Amino acid sequence: MKNNLKNVVLKYKSLIGLLILCMVISFITPRFLTIPNFKNVFTQVSVNAVIAIGMTFVILTGGIDLSVGSILAVSGAAAAIIIKSTGNVVLAIIVALAIGCVIGLINGLLISKGRIQAFIVTLATMTIFRGVTYVYTNGTPISGLGQSFSAIGNKMILGLPIPVVFLVIVFVIAIYVLSQTRYGRYVYALGGNEDSARLSGINTDKIKTLVYVISGAAAALSGIIVTSRIGSASPNAGVGFELDAIAAVVVGGTSLSGGEGSVVGTIIGALIIGVLNNGLNLINVSPFYQAIVKGLVILLAVMVKKKNK
Amino acid sequence: MKKRTKLLSMALSTVLVMGSLAGCSSQKSAEGGKKIGIVLSTLNNPFFVSMKEGAEKKAKELGYEVVVLDSQNDATKERSNVEDLVQQGIAVLIINPTDSDAVASSIAVANENKIKVITVDRKANGGEVVCHVASDNIKGGEMAAEFILEKLNGKGNIVELQGIPGASATRDRGKGFHNIVDKKDGVKVVASQAADFDRQKGLTVTENIIQATPAFDAIFAHNDEMALGAIKAIKTANKKVIVVGFDGNDDAKAAVASGELAATIAQKPDLMGAVAVENAVKVAKGETVEKEIPVELQLIKK
Repeated sequence: MKNNLKNVVLKYKSLIGLLILCMVISFITPRFLTIPNFKNVFTQVSVNAVIAIGMTFVILTGGIDLSVGSILAVSGAAAAIIIKSTGNVVLAIIVALAIGCVIGLINGLLISKGRIQAFIVTLATMTIFRGVTYVYTNGTPISGLGQSFSAIGNKMILGLPIPVVFLVIVFVIAIYVLSQTRYGRYVYALGGNEDSARLSGINTDKIKTLVYVISGAAAALSGIIVTSRIGSASPNAGVGFELDAIAAVVVGGTSLSGGEGSVVGTIIGALIIGVLNNGLNLINVSPFYQAIVKGLVILLAVMVKKKNK
Repeated sequence: MKKRTKLLSMALSTVLVMGSLAGCSSQKSAEGGKKIGIVLSTLNNPFFVSMKEGAEKKAKELGYEVVVLDSQNDATKERSNVEDLVQQGIAVLIINPTDSDAVASSIAVANENKIKVITVDRKANGGEVVCHVASDNIKGGEMAAEFILEKLNGKGNIVELQGIPGASATRDRGKGFHNIVDKKDGVKVVASQAADFDRQKGLTVTENIIQATPAFDAIFAHNDEMALGAIKAIKTANKKVIVVGFDGNDDAKAAVASGELAATIAQKPDLMGAVAVENAVKVAKGETVEKEIPVELQLIKK
């Protein structure tokens, strides 16, 4: 009970940070607080937030997944190739998601059964699957993907951009799984103390493997969104996205050592980063200073969290 | 066990050293020929194929023979290509590096054999190079700015999408653009933001700029990828904006043909090849050449 209360306060801390950030930006530019700009921010955030939700599962177990940017590129390119050759959008989406799951499974098995550190395994698969993307795109973007596929990233349902709808669905599922299912409780237990989790009869290898599958699937979904939004699959898509996702998770209050945190926090973290990117563009800050500001905000967010403890 | 490997490696290295010494002495005889060696990073890319064709044509004109080898984007292959050419007794080596750092060892091979080296397109971070031939990015930025001014009749608001902050292409293309635009009274650069040469970032940054300053008439993007992303954002927002890219890649050329992209500044690889050979011939004759040789670009519009 007490722990729950603390979690709520933690969540509010990042939410308060987000609100302060919004206030500062809207004070500087009147263009920020408009409905079109909010649609815009949420659409942009959905790419990172979907990956970050998958990443939250991984980080809750005390792991890390550096391969998400490469998974995004591989699955985006696979979707593009399938659409180019068959024109079948549904098949393209299924295959892209399947590729994400399979790469996640490889990560998960190497980490749980192979007993190799997550950082090393996913660093290696990040490099390998970036290479795979280069090989089968031949280093050039695949474009000309047609109208029906481009709808996924650019059209609206019920007044909401479709990427945002995807984000909401993923978010609701993630909250349900983490708070209402046995699997969700095991994920927290594993991150809290792996040995005692195992001793209490939890199949830790299975739990661990599955979080990487979830992360891989989320990255693949993001790959579909990105590819559809820009109407082409670039071999360089998603470079550096793993860091944005990890930043969102950490800014959102999830501990890198595992066991505590939430997807609500992650969404707020992703929004803080997205709003910051959007605001810096709106204010027309020099790109040289933007990097400094972004770094400082991440640091500040984590420091506030530490103090709270 | 350890001792044995040590012995083996010593024996091997002795053989290697002797081999390379033998290589050195045998090639010295073949100097002063009319042969130019060209090593290209890859021929699996139309850009470098036309560079090769431009070079071959020029060499024929000047009465020189060229030998073109393909490194297949592999630095090891690159090095053995250079070694092979050195054996063939070339007068000058023209090299288009696979990688700016890795090429240093290949250039060292040529340097050791007193063969002068010219780099094309990509620079080398090491070794002795007499001249570097590359596209004139500053001039290209100026061309883009002039085209936009012409389209706007000298009046309007322009957005600049920059490449990766600090990259040489970003600096030079931006500098050329500002050389022209900044001294013109009727135009204003209303936003200059980085989208890192990336199509997706080109899209999101343009979306943000549309929110910030809805009234702009043109976008200059430091490369085609960002320009193509910007077009997506503009289409969604139902705006009419003149977009100019840079590089002349296939997608951009198609977008120019369909009227979505107003223009792109294309590099001229064939001319780069020809200029490299021209200078190689000068070097072979013992004349001095400029350290940096800019090659002009081409405006592609509908």
